[in-house]
Amino acid sequence: MSDAALEVQGLNRAFGALPVTRDVNLSLERGARRALIGPNGAGKTTLVNLITGALKPSSGRVLLDGADITATSQAERARRGLARTFQINQLFRGLTVLENLCMTIGERDGHCNNLWRSAGSKRAVIDEALDHLDSLRLVDDSLKLVRELPYGRQRLVEIAIALAQKPRVLLLDEPAAGVPSSESHLILDVVAALDPDIAVLIIEHDMDVVFRFAKEITVLVQGAVFTQGAPEEIMANADVRAVYLGEEGHKGRRHV
Amino acid sequence: MAASDTESAARIVARERAADYLVSRHRFQWPEALPWLIAIAAFFIFPDRMTFGGQVLIMVLFALSLDLILGYAGIVTLGHAAFFGIGAYTAGLLIARLGYSEPISTLFAAALMAGLVGVITGWFLLRYRGLTLLMLTLATAIMLQETGNLRSDLSGGYDGLPGLTISPLFGRFDYDLYGHVNYLYVLGVLAVVFYFVRRIVYSPFGQALTGIRENVRRMHAIGSPVHRRLVTVYAIAAAIAGVAGALFTQTNAYVTLTVFDFDNSAKVMVMLILGGTGRLYGAFVGAVVYMVLEDYFSKLSPTFWQFGIGLLLVLAVLFARRGLLGLFEDAGRRLSKRKKP
Amino acid sequence: MGLVPHFAIIAVSILFDGLAYAMFLFITSVGLSVTMGLMNFVNLAHGAFAMAGGYIVVTLTRTLGVDFVPALIIASVLVGLISIPFERYLYRRLYKATDLEQVLLTIGLAFMSIATFTYFYGPIPKSVPLPEWLQGDINLGFRNFPSYRAFLIVLGAFLIAVLWYGFERTNIGAKIRAAVDNRRMAESVGINVDLLFTLTFAVGSGLAALGGGLAIQLFGLSPSFAVIYLVLFLIVVAVGGLGSLKGTLLAALVLGVFDTAGKYLLADAGGFFIYAVTVAVLLVKPAGFYGRE
Repeated sequence: MSDAALEVQGLNRAFGALPVTRDVNLSLERGARRALIGPNGAGKTTLVNLITGALKPSSGRVLLDGADITATSQAERARRGLARTFQINQLFRGLTVLENLCMTIGERDGHCNNLWRSAGSKRAVIDEALDHLDSLRLVDDSLKLVRELPYGRQRLVEIAIALAQKPRVLLLDEPAAGVPSSESHLILDVVAALDPDIAVLIIEHDMDVVFRFAKEITVLVQGAVFTQGAPEEIMANADVRAVYLGEEGHKGRRHV
Repeated sequence: MAASDTESAARIVARERAADYLVSRHRFQWPEALPWLIAIAAFFIFPDRMTFGGQVLIMVLFALSLDLILGYAGIVTLGHAAFFGIGAYTAGLLIARLGYSEPISTLFAAALMAGLVGVITGWFLLRYRGLTLLMLTLATAIMLQETGNLRSDLSGGYDGLPGLTISPLFGRFDYDLYGHVNYLYVLGVLAVVFYFVRRIVYSPFGQALTGIRENVRRMHAIGSPVHRRLVTVYAIAAAIAGVAGALFTQTNAYVTLTVFDFDNSAKVMVMLILGGTGRLYGAFVGAVVYMVLEDYFSKLSPTFWQFGIGLLLVLAVLFARRGLLGLFEDAGRRLSKRKKP
Repeated sequence: MGLVPHFAIIAVSILFDGLAYAMFLFITSVGLSVTMGLMNFVNLAHGAFAMAGGYIVVTLTRTLGVDFVPALIIASVLVGLISIPFERYLYRRLYKATDLEQVLLTIGLAFMSIATFTYFYGPIPKSVPLPEWLQGDINLGFRNFPSYRAFLIVLGAFLIAVLWYGFERTNIGAKIRAAVDNRRMAESVGINVDLLFTLTFAVGSGLAALGGGLAIQLFGLSPSFAVIYLVLFLIVVAVGGLGSLKGTLLAALVLGVFDTAGKYLLADAGGFFIYAVTVAVLLVKPAGFYGRE
């Protein structure tokens, strides 16, 4: 209850007269593996933006480890252990992969407040960055500029950055989106191997991924929570199939 | 078993290579000595152009300060001359109104004043971007200029404050008519400031600046205190521009309100673009090329010069977006590709 | 004379002169606002188009003996047409470029045009011969008002009406508004945004030229006009909000009247006001009065 890693209470957000998030309640315990699914335009990414602080809610609260972070900035929430990936990669494209990681770790540990010592003098930062890259098989790409990598590898860098923040709560926005199917297993292996202590929320359309990964599913429809529960319950739920799968019927991936 | 051994050995080698790149990136490389050697050589080769030489070095310093904001942090402003002007007038007023003419401590005072204004204005203005920020910074510079005009009794207005001679350097070196002492003095200041700027650029803070430039959204998401970083670099850049302004007053023994002109802000931006932003030495290349060309062509015909610099700008944006240094890098890369069999 | 009537006369003078100035600002800046709002393109060469218009009027009236008002019309049309190849072959390449690149390119163009006009016309300010009916004053009983300024106000009001009608009531106006609001959406419903922009740019440049021609009598015309008044146009656009007719008008009125009032009441500090107002507005409403976001 009070030990939830992430809690969302009565979150509301409207753009003018259009409500995009309606009275959402959500709770992620430590080690959660929750999938957030719903038809297009349901407001899944908006919800993630509200949780991370990229967007301000009209009303409601967000709590991280029991502390009310509703009024804090996006950066402050990140410092407190909330990390996310974006649906479209948000990377430092003109920098090398290694620099992308070193910068993340540098900001995390406050090294970037240092104007005097050289960035390269913190060997520990470089080593940790390489460790992260190693676990994602990206070491060979360390010195390549991000924009020179194929999209699938860039997506891995996106996840690497989120992991390098050493988060307690991780929000993944369609991590396999845009990745060619030949490479998507790389992403999925990473997601499956995530630290069991991290609370993870993943927005996904691909039911393969959802079933492989999720212990709990939240269904979002038109900005409101439609229903929540274990995967088997959700998939057996006729209403869910009607509202969600009817829309998804023409998408290529396998679904129930 | 053997396969995975070589695999892990290869990975270790790759790791070491990657680490080495970052660890040794900040070390001085021999081409970096070139601009300094050239500057010293100029002292001996062109002894009769040392007043001009001093002006060029001052512009290098000014452009260097702008590079921190524009090249590294990626912030576009139109009012950088404001800080140059504040520094120039700090030096001018210290001599003219307070009779204080010790040169080096004046530089510190100028840096402090300009830096202070940088912190205050930056804290408010750096929340904005794009046209809004351009207009706000431009308006701030103009308002400072207008304030000076209002109190022309203090500032000397557009006629300026003449006769601002400084005391001998270190108490010993008196300024000579040919600007020799002045040139070496400015070169010395430039070298010292450059050392600090270079350290900043290669520090984790400098890294964060490039992060802000490359993707500010990502920076927020990884917890970077973006606004604080920007105000910090803005204040540092302002302080350095202030030093350049003070040197200007000391070199010319004269200062007028035209130091605040938009023309000045535009000029330094053009210099930096010509040389190449975000490359530390772009300021050197750009300022030298610009000043030398201006000196030559505007004597020929000021109209022709204005046309030429306009044309150069248009061509630079269309074909050489990364400036002269960018062109050199491209050429160098093409040459080394051709060398490989 | 009592204090109140004296005060009233000053107020009326400020309003009148301020209004005339505001009309000039509006006419010259509205094109910049719409094109910047439509294409997100920072065009610092806009002042150069205004200056070009002014010089064409000078040549037409002084050298070719054309009357003032026809000269204004010819100059506007000419500059509008000339601006089309600029947009299609030069500006279009930079729509996706950064703010900085656009700023630098257009500043470069401005410099080139200033130099060109200095070469052909010299740096000394030019004036323009006005027809009889625009010289002198109109007597409205309690005060005389310069006919030229009255003409500006009337012309401005007329253009505002025409532009408003064009913007709000015609098909094309609707398309422009749609494209300013959401360009991608407009393209996807079949609006030819490229053509729209060329058209808008031409009209905007033509209006700038008209403003330049009108400015000669107010400020004199020299090549540096392109840069000096550019600051004003940018301020009007920034304060009004990009892409908004209403915003440009409101900004022109506020800034025009404030600047005039400042110069009347506080002669020396007068120039300060317009920038102070700008900073105040932008700090509170960074997108201007009617800007988006």
